[in-house]
Amino acid sequence: MIAFLVQRLYQAVLVMLTVGLIAFALFNYVGDPINNMVGQDTSLADRERLRQELGLNDTFIVQFARFVGRAARGEFGLSYQQARPVGQIILEKMPATLELSFVAATLALAIGVPMGIYTGLHRQSWLSQLLLGLSLVGVSLPTFLIGILLILVFAVTLGWLPSFGRGNVVQFGWWSSGLVTLDGWRAIILPAVTLSLFQMTLITRLVRAEMIEVLRTDYIKFARARGLTNRAVNFGHALKNTLVPVITIAGLQLGSIIAFAIITETVFQWPGMGLMFIQAVTFVDIPVMAAYLVLVGFFFVVINLIVDLLYHVLDPRLRVDRERVGVG
Amino acid sequence: MFDSDLWWSFRRSPVTVAAAVVALMIIGGALFAPWIAPHDPFDPATLSLLDASNPPAWLEGGSWTFPLGTDNQGRDVLSAILYGSRLSLFVGSSAVVLALLLGVTLGLLAGWRGGLTDTIIMRVADVKLSFPAILIALLIDGVARGVLPRDAQSEIAPYVLIAAIALSFWVQYARTVRASTLVERNKEYVQAARVIGVHPAKIVLGHLLPNVIGPVLVIATINLALAILTEATLSFLGVGLPPTRPSLGTLIRNGNDYLFSGDWWISIFPGVVLAALILSVNLLGDWLRDAFNPKLR
Repeated sequence: MIAFLVQRLYQAVLVMLTVGLIAFALFNYVGDPINNMVGQDTSLADRERLRQELGLNDTFIVQFARFVGRAARGEFGLSYQQARPVGQIILEKMPATLELSFVAATLALAIGVPMGIYTGLHRQSWLSQLLLGLSLVGVSLPTFLIGILLILVFAVTLGWLPSFGRGNVVQFGWWSSGLVTLDGWRAIILPAVTLSLFQMTLITRLVRAEMIEVLRTDYIKFARARGLTNRAVNFGHALKNTLVPVITIAGLQLGSIIAFAIITETVFQWPGMGLMFIQAVTFVDIPVMAAYLVLVGFFFVVINLIVDLLYHVLDPRLRVDRERVGVG
Repeated sequence: MFDSDLWWSFRRSPVTVAAAVVALMIIGGALFAPWIAPHDPFDPATLSLLDASNPPAWLEGGSWTFPLGTDNQGRDVLSAILYGSRLSLFVGSSAVVLALLLGVTLGLLAGWRGGLTDTIIMRVADVKLSFPAILIALLIDGVARGVLPRDAQSEIAPYVLIAAIALSFWVQYARTVRASTLVERNKEYVQAARVIGVHPAKIVLGHLLPNVIGPVLVIATINLALAILTEATLSFLGVGLPPTRPSLGTLIRNGNDYLFSGDWWISIFPGVVLAALILSVNLLGDWLRDAFNPKLR
């Protein structure tokens, strides 16, 4: 177990270092940040002064060391576009993205799992066929198109829900929450539904496939032979065994929710990290891009690590396999 | 016999046939766009602002000159879609081919050479797999924007996109090819070829490659839909193809700004075509996977 933990941690550190190097290379080699910050009428002397202030004249090693040191403390320098500390900008934007991702993930699980159970148990019913057909369409529809359609129907045509922004937010220290006001909840519905649809279809299909698989096994047949009720067999025996892979995938999907949030946030002008990243890409605002990359990399590594460990704890068979592979 | 099997399973599935028809229609429309499009959306001389924001022909105020209406600059939406799907398909399929070449080469290299080469390639693949493809593509695109001269960007945008998408998709091919190479390279036909002194490059390309390429081609079909989707998403986010050379994603982005003034057709029609294209390619890919591997059913 300890060897496994060490190996995983080593890999995580490796990934983070690679991400850090890429982020730093972005800083150093992409475009001329000074040109992106100032107007055409800025004098050469002023440009040089700015360059010196931002530390762009130092050597590679010095800059990289400074970058890693600062990144570890959450400092990523000044945004070229807004001339404010990047860490501060990210702290402002993070609650919006995390709240959106959290609501979307909850929605995906709360609807996806029951749908998967139903379609897995009643494979031939017309409702299952309909749900599966819809889920295929859901997978094929691009996220941004779903968002546009929802805006067209619920915001433009019906006028029920707002189409952009977070609504009223309340500050709790540095955390701004939209989840305590009615207006905030109204604003989060459309983006959260958009963001959750893809994960929802994925979870539905996964739970369905696992249910079908488990229902075929001998211990289910034996449970039926023992005369247990359908309810006990389906939920007590079958569902319990499908949940391990579902938890894993759902955990891993948490990362892609953050990535897909970029698209959703752009469609709904949701003031989160994704929108910030897109604006940074458009303006070639390297510090913001690099900080986002490091942060998302960190999220991903931590999530992968937790899921790996969870899996390890939940499924004893895997321990044996892994160790054998690890030695060989 | 193999061919007829495939044909039989194709005809037996009406959904697949329908998907093939839709895909062929869109591909045909894209290929022959210059000949069948009613207008040339890239020729400013033929555009008139008087024709701007016309609704589709069957609605009040529409005319059959512009069957699906016009956008805010008087461009015919139908023609823009035909030309746009041309670009979408070009970028999508080129990206898949490039990813395939890159992935297969690296996979063969890793599987055949083993050792350090293998470790390095697979570590890079691991790091890449920790991030979603769309994020990688966005990043590469963002970097290219910073590096390349600004006035040339509209010209080379499609190629930047192709590279960005290909670089975010190659891992799947590399892993598949590496896994089957590891199995194949110990088989007798490979050992025999080695013993009689065939050049290693010839063994890999002439003997190994044909035996590991099957599953890769199936993945490529499924990835085509994903590549088109990624292109559209990047263009929609405003980091893909510029408005002067709009793909389907760019068209949807353009139209999105006019959604609130009620001009829904500017973005919805390209959206419908995009969704139909992706859905039909997905269905074809699923069918191909099942046809090649009955166990997966």
